[in-house]
Amino acid sequence: MNLVTVEIPTALRGFAGNKDAVQLEGATVGDLLQRLGSQYPQLAKHIFDEQGQLRNFVNVYVNDDDIRHLQKEQTPVGTKDVISI
Amino acid sequence: MKLVVPAPLMKQIRAHGEETYPHECCGFLFGQQDGETRTVVEVRRQANERTDSRENRFLITPEQFRDAERAARKAGLLMLGIYHSHPDSPARPSEYDRDHAWPWYSYLITSVGNGTSADSRLWQLRDDRSGFDPRDLEVAAGSPGPDTASTTARRAT
Repeated sequence: MNLVTVEIPTALRGFAGNKDAVQLEGATVGDLLQRLGSQYPQLAKHIFDEQGQLRNFVNVYVNDDDIRHLQKEQTPVGTKDVISI
Repeated sequence: MKLVVPAPLMKQIRAHGEETYPHECCGFLFGQQDGETRTVVEVRRQANERTDSRENRFLITPEQFRDAERAARKAGLLMLGIYHSHPDSPARPSEYDRDHAWPWYSYLITSVGNGTSADSRLWQLRDDRSGFDPRDLEVAAGSPGPDTASTTARRAT
């Protein structure tokens, strides 16, 4: 199982059971965000727009790297990576 | 939800708005939450990274956000919200502010008229993103800290 840590920003913790981080399974950033959204639907609407795209002011990092400079939502992730929103 | 800001920190926030006038200032509010009360214990100034329209827009970059979240986490504090100034306009969120806001955060806006800070008001984005609601802002006397005695209270209307 490929469990990856996703850090939840303060503003969204209330929509994620007040957790500051969750462990999710996924091979790409997109997988993780979809799982996060499925698990916490109230959180999803703040990171995805009505078309299901990441909101333009929402940035996602794999460790220190912005996914826009990697392979965006197709960026592969491993168990040692930390994803932050 | 109420936000308590120790007077010395409120002074810093208001001074920041005057220093950057006629441009908008911005920064983070770090602190703690106990039930329905949030208390600011640290104010972190940020540079307004807009390269245009800085008189009515501010930009905090994703890197600034990321670093602040990490710093708050490391310090055992919460990033409670964001402050910014409105040069020569009321301390009310604009449509632009709403489009770029996060839920939960406390948004502290200070109106700066002719270079002098005036009204400071507190707002919070509704969970459905339909608008902002006013929140109570309390300026407390003494040094920064959750135990500071409060002396004044005001509610944004």
